[in-house]
Amino acid sequence: MEKTASRINDDLLRPVLETSPRFYLAVVLVGLVAALGFVAWGYQIWNGIGVAGISRPVFWGFYITNFVFWIGISHAGTLISAILRLANAGWRRPVTRCAEAITVFALMIGAMFPLIHLGRPWLAFWLFPYPNERGLWPNFRSPLLWDFFAINTYLLGSFLFLLLPMLPDFALVRDRARGWRQRVYGWLALGWEGTPRQWHRLETAMHIMAVLIIPVAVSVHSIVSFDFAMSPVPMWHSTIFAPYFVAGAIFSGLAALILAMALLRKLLHLEEYLRTEHFSNLGKLLLVMSLLWFYFIFAERLTVWYGNDPAEMAVFRATQSGPYAPLFWVMVFCNFLLPVPLLTIPRLRTIASTVVAALGVVVGMWLERFLIIVPALAHKFLPYSWGTYAPTWVEITITVATFAGMVLLYMLFAKLVPVISVWEWKVGRHPLAEQRAEISPAVAKTVAPEGSA
Amino acid sequence: MSRRWGMVVDLDRCTGCEACVVACRAENNVPTVGETEAARGRAIHWIRIERYWEGEFPNARIRFVPVLCQHCEAAPCEPVCPTYASYHTADGLNAQVYNRCIGTRYCANACPYTVRFFNFFHPVWEKPLHLQLNPEVSVREVGVMEKCTFCVQRIKAAELQAKAEARELRDGDVQPACAQACPADALLFGDLNDPDSRVAQLARSPRGSKLLEEVGTQPKITYLARLSWSGDGEDR
Repeated sequence: MEKTASRINDDLLRPVLETSPRFYLAVVLVGLVAALGFVAWGYQIWNGIGVAGISRPVFWGFYITNFVFWIGISHAGTLISAILRLANAGWRRPVTRCAEAITVFALMIGAMFPLIHLGRPWLAFWLFPYPNERGLWPNFRSPLLWDFFAINTYLLGSFLFLLLPMLPDFALVRDRARGWRQRVYGWLALGWEGTPRQWHRLETAMHIMAVLIIPVAVSVHSIVSFDFAMSPVPMWHSTIFAPYFVAGAIFSGLAALILAMALLRKLLHLEEYLRTEHFSNLGKLLLVMSLLWFYFIFAERLTVWYGNDPAEMAVFRATQSGPYAPLFWVMVFCNFLLPVPLLTIPRLRTIASTVVAALGVVVGMWLERFLIIVPALAHKFLPYSWGTYAPTWVEITITVATFAGMVLLYMLFAKLVPVISVWEWKVGRHPLAEQRAEISPAVAKTVAPEGSA
Repeated sequence: MSRRWGMVVDLDRCTGCEACVVACRAENNVPTVGETEAARGRAIHWIRIERYWEGEFPNARIRFVPVLCQHCEAAPCEPVCPTYASYHTADGLNAQVYNRCIGTRYCANACPYTVRFFNFFHPVWEKPLHLQLNPEVSVREVGVMEKCTFCVQRIKAAELQAKAEARELRDGDVQPACAQACPADALLFGDLNDPDSRVAQLARSPRGSKLLEEVGTQPKITYLARLSWSGDGEDR
């Protein structure tokens, strides 16, 4: 059943051009939860960071857990878009924009946490390398400075990567909308006319970005892992951390993408565009990452256990069989025992079960970040200074608010931008696209904005 | 020749009386956080006496280990600080520049000895306690890391005094508050670069060892092993 171009336009542009009252209600509700996070943060700044549950020796808690978690979630976009684009996998077309948007928003949220967790956040700009009359620069040896550069590079790169393929779609909205929408989208489209020259340049730019963004993404989560691996803390000081973190990031990012796609599919009635094959393919990728995650944690734990270093064993026991054991085994269940059968057995690999597996992985990966940070800090070398950690309402509120913030940003995004790339979808349907990666003028003609037609 | 300040802790002499802890608090304006906060693990003690029990009653013994900042030569807290608040001075002190600290608490995580302390709230000295504040030592605000300085204010004062008297600094001119207060002379402070100083001589003792030397921090505090214990649980 071949769908006409105008039918595709109607389906995919409808959320942008029409808004129901239910949407506004949802925005207000989700926005209120997100706003509560700012209230809690304000309370913390006013009273002191002590209103959070951190103490000595667990100086990092929920905030750094959330930081690592959200930066990890941001790896959804890179893998799906860049790698699948370069591999020219056709099924990626309706998925790429959902994924790239997650990257940008998760990075924006994740990058807030290093500021939230500061003891004196009003001096956060001292982390930035800016010329000043005192001739003081930040310490470039500090992994936190590496974070600063890595995250900003990644945010800029992934924003461009998201923006570039939106230009033709902005032009499409511009040509169909009236009034203020026409003006706004006309401005956003940056003068896109759909000429062969423009198509060629867009394709070249997309290719360059796809190649560049992969090493940037890998470096970002490696550097996040260096925040831990560079310190002589038992079970942090490990060479496995960089690849382990990158794999975990892609793992959790994929899970977040599956959840986002399932929600979009339901709420925006995109059943014909986000089909079983997309969830099945992403489910297979999730399965691969689940196995890889298990391999990493097995290699890490076995090495520690066999090496039997007393300081590391204290952390090992605390997570494996001590006070953190319930969380640890929930994590193993969520990250491995639950998704593997659901995604391995073809009969079980439905959309619903893929979503269940993804939900488990998101929970499990959050726990993983927590279990990397807290038990190690609570059991450093001198047993006299061992401690515990329990979050307070401030940390919990801010954590919940960031999830609401993610949903809010995503809702607004899906409202302002066609969340499935309209032109890429059409290119994918064109017989020529099967044979050629770049867009020939012939294809360009069929996918160009329709103008007044 | 530049100085390299260091300390020797004689575990044979330490009685665990904690006079050093009190003296340190008084000298360095160490804030008292209160009962609830202390129960949450937020008490601040630049020097502490760690107690380790060995054996079962009645043959139980207690081991006292005074632990303070080891002023490591290769301090893990220093490279991780993004603002240079944790800083190595020319005379080997591991300094904390309070004004530069923005409270990432990264240094405290990196420190294997857990001797760095954080001001979770703004410290208060209720009247008339504020009158006991030492004017030579700055008071730290909320969100700032603090730790043992080897009483840098006393080092600077002694150096100035020596300069005023046009002489070299002599061994024993500088005493941090903890060493001064120790009734058993378990803590000894001095210049490790001066081979004739008492601290340098004792640091070469065969009884000497460093705390967590295997981490590679090159600490400047030498612990002298306790000899009054035999292996059979009897004091000699």
